[in-house]
Amino acid sequence: MTAGTFIIAAILMAALSGIPALFLRNRSLGQKLATVILVFGSLIGLAGAMAILVTGQAETYVVAWSLPFGPCEIGLDPLGAIFLLAVFVISGSCAVYAAGYWPADDNPATVHRITFFFGLLTASLALLVTARNGVLFLMAWEIMALSCYFLLSTEDEKPDVREAATLYLITTHLGTLALFAMFSLLRGAAGSFLFPAAGSLNAATPLATGIFVTALLGFGLKAGLMPLHIWLPSAHANAPSHVSALMSGVLIKMGIYGLVRTLSLFHHVPLWWGITVLTIGIVSGVAGVAFAIGQHDLKRLLAYHSIENIGIIAMGIGVALIGQTLGNSTLVLLGMAGALLHVLNHATFKSLLFLCAGAVIHATGTREIDLLGGLARRMPYTSAFFLVGAVAICGLPPLNGFVSEFLIYVGLFSGILDEGGAAVAVLALAAPALALIGGLAAACFVKVYGIAFLGIPRSEKTNHGHEAVRVMLAPMALLAVICLGIGLFPLVLAAPLAGAVHSWQPDAGMTGYALTAAAPLGWITILGLVLICLAGGIALHFVGRLKAEPVAGGVTWDCGYLRPAPRMQYTASSFAELLVKTFAGILHPHVTSPAMKEPLPGPARFASHVPETMLEHVFMPVLRLANDRLAQLRRLQHGQLHLYILYTFVTLVVLLIWAY
Amino acid sequence: MTDIIVHLLLVILMPPLLLGIIARTKAVFAGRTGAPYLQPYYDILRLLRKGSVFSDTTTWVFRAGPVVTLAATVTAALLIPLGNHPAPLAFTGDMILFAYLFGLARFFTMAAALDTGSSFEGMGAAREATFSCLAEPTLFFALVVLARLTGSLSLTDMLTRAAAGNWLGTGAAMLLLTGGLFIVLLAENCRIPFDDPNTHLELTMIHEVMVLDHSGPAFGYILYGAALKLFVLGAFFIQVALPFKTGVGPVDWVVFIGTMILLAIAIGVVESIMARLRLIRIPQMLVAATILSAFAMLLMLR
Repeated sequence: MTAGTFIIAAILMAALSGIPALFLRNRSLGQKLATVILVFGSLIGLAGAMAILVTGQAETYVVAWSLPFGPCEIGLDPLGAIFLLAVFVISGSCAVYAAGYWPADDNPATVHRITFFFGLLTASLALLVTARNGVLFLMAWEIMALSCYFLLSTEDEKPDVREAATLYLITTHLGTLALFAMFSLLRGAAGSFLFPAAGSLNAATPLATGIFVTALLGFGLKAGLMPLHIWLPSAHANAPSHVSALMSGVLIKMGIYGLVRTLSLFHHVPLWWGITVLTIGIVSGVAGVAFAIGQHDLKRLLAYHSIENIGIIAMGIGVALIGQTLGNSTLVLLGMAGALLHVLNHATFKSLLFLCAGAVIHATGTREIDLLGGLARRMPYTSAFFLVGAVAICGLPPLNGFVSEFLIYVGLFSGILDEGGAAVAVLALAAPALALIGGLAAACFVKVYGIAFLGIPRSEKTNHGHEAVRVMLAPMALLAVICLGIGLFPLVLAAPLAGAVHSWQPDAGMTGYALTAAAPLGWITILGLVLICLAGGIALHFVGRLKAEPVAGGVTWDCGYLRPAPRMQYTASSFAELLVKTFAGILHPHVTSPAMKEPLPGPARFASHVPETMLEHVFMPVLRLANDRLAQLRRLQHGQLHLYILYTFVTLVVLLIWAY
Repeated sequence: MTDIIVHLLLVILMPPLLLGIIARTKAVFAGRTGAPYLQPYYDILRLLRKGSVFSDTTTWVFRAGPVVTLAATVTAALLIPLGNHPAPLAFTGDMILFAYLFGLARFFTMAAALDTGSSFEGMGAAREATFSCLAEPTLFFALVVLARLTGSLSLTDMLTRAAAGNWLGTGAAMLLLTGGLFIVLLAENCRIPFDDPNTHLELTMIHEVMVLDHSGPAFGYILYGAALKLFVLGAFFIQVALPFKTGVGPVDWVVFIGTMILLAIAIGVVESIMARLRLIRIPQMLVAATILSAFAMLLMLR
């Protein structure tokens, strides 16, 4: 039994998990069966991924197929195993959650569909990471894209959902188009569809530049890098929450995986590659979080944070690329380890947040933050888990988000110390930019947590929420524990991460020892424990004082006003107003504010909303223009199937003639 | 070992004294006698012995706010070197943890404020969130400059090696940096011209309005935590602005305490001779500080 057997078994189990549910009359039994198979498969897959990370050994298998694209090679290495870890942990957790969130008894019409495609999506994600043949990769990529489309459009009776799903389908295929170009170019460079060995291609050729640019476009679209993120907010907001969790936690990371894998094939990359990736990371990070602050839809807001975190990951990759160019292996190690750890971390805390958001929507029936409030009283566990996720995503100690950002920071700073020239200028700007991202993220999550979970309910409708059922709370608890575990004991991951960086760039310096020597992860444990002990000590003192002295209750002190009403509370929009104004230049918020001229103005309404500015102000005008100008071409597309088949035939004949 | 004990004693005992000195300086400017220097100590001790009032809307987050905030600030105080003496805990990258611990403290202060459901406290939290975001990059530009200047990635080395000699070599950069950091020091600690810790006009306050609902021991923790933050960030600033060192241990402690007292007097003077800025001017001032420190960075990198 090798690790590969485990992974392949896991992929098969995940793919097949939903099939019994398609045929069983008893929907509930079908769902339970699918969940059990998927969870079992995930555990097997996890065991396989961990075995690879522990041993650090790469394995490849060749599967027989009859397609003319070279051998169908499947490979496992620590780099892929990091992503497999995310795939299996998140899929397993979300599958369990779905049993409570999307129960078969309440959703008889959709449950078989959502269960089947969920399993298929999990399988395609894992297959994608193991594919070592360009064509196999693209097949897995398409299965992933399409099964995600069907999951996303589960509630297709709603117009918002249909719109989001269509936008997703169009953009994902644009990305695939770029990947077709990329793999063709890669075949030109490597000589076959098989992935060449890491570091074997020369990055100084025009072909390599073409591969880099198409990879950035194709994978960047999937990852949601600015300005290619336009599909992401509406897709994440409108999917069922456990699907959003899997999309945000794992699916968009496949864009990162593709980019990282493609970049691993080259040696001596030019400096502008690193600077480009780092700059795109900074732009995605800052703009992503700025857009998030303006949102008042809970899931849309979380979606924009995915863009921010993808930006942080890209910053880490940029640092590693710059290190590769400059021959500075510390930078490579810190940047790439930080990026990969952030992949894992973001998968855990973002999925956790989406699952909590799902519990809130389940309980209150709304995603509108401004209608919520006071949930901490009625949903104590969900709100505690959300708090863990919120602190983690802000990159605050002692949780896991801090550790990966710490690695990237130390990478940036060691680059600033050791290097000179153009690289150091970008690195030196990146550190304060990352600090700005952290500050804005904290502002945003204080807003969400404070407005939705604290205070008093803002509307009657949301006043009677209930705590989520146990089957939903258990996966949330697991993810919260992972957040705390990685945050307090990051040393455990040092060797696996260094192993993954080693398979990205085979270099003798990539060891766990080198990683901890460059960034002392042990100190994070010590300081985390010091912090927790201090907080515990102060809390004990506080509790002692509260017991010793009288404690009274009362209304909130509103500066002498004794009847504070729920509607008087600060809302998400009012909390964000100052920051939205500061960033109005990029956000272009829509504001309708009443003109109050008379001494006694009548009732008035104020509303503000931050739209998807990139889509509305950049892409749509261009596309509309193209639609007008290219009207002639549309005559070719008339909906008559037999003529379409004729097109294919003619094309084939032309190609045949051309080939001679 | 003695140094660690002195460090801990200073961290525990000295912060409220700074508040006392600032208040006394302001009193002198206003022609009053003012409260005794030790008044903040009495205030904190009295608050710790008092009963509490909790709003019925609050949850455990409201109670956890002051506790986590104080714990994070104390942890940060273990990372900062005082005077010429190394911090008790120092490692590569500790400056990032240092900055993020204040982030954690702020997160919980703001969450506790929103827990009351009061629009005043919501307003304070929104302002704090906005202004701290704008102050953050300045601190990191400063860290970049100090890292490049001293060739080190640990606060202890960065600050203890930042000797007076640097001022001769890179005076322009240090001057810009000092300007930027002083603005951030005042803004982060909610002093005039950014915020007025003594005002009773809730609409104009930032930090004080966030803690309106806290009472008794919890408010004592908040007062002490605020004093400690002033002490820690002040020590950071002092070692950039006035890096006087003798190399003789005990003398360096005395020099450190002396310069901290000078800083407190300087803050008192600024508070006495300046008015509060209009709220919309504060972001502009903070961006100006960022640009100052960005220029300092450019001078260092060239």
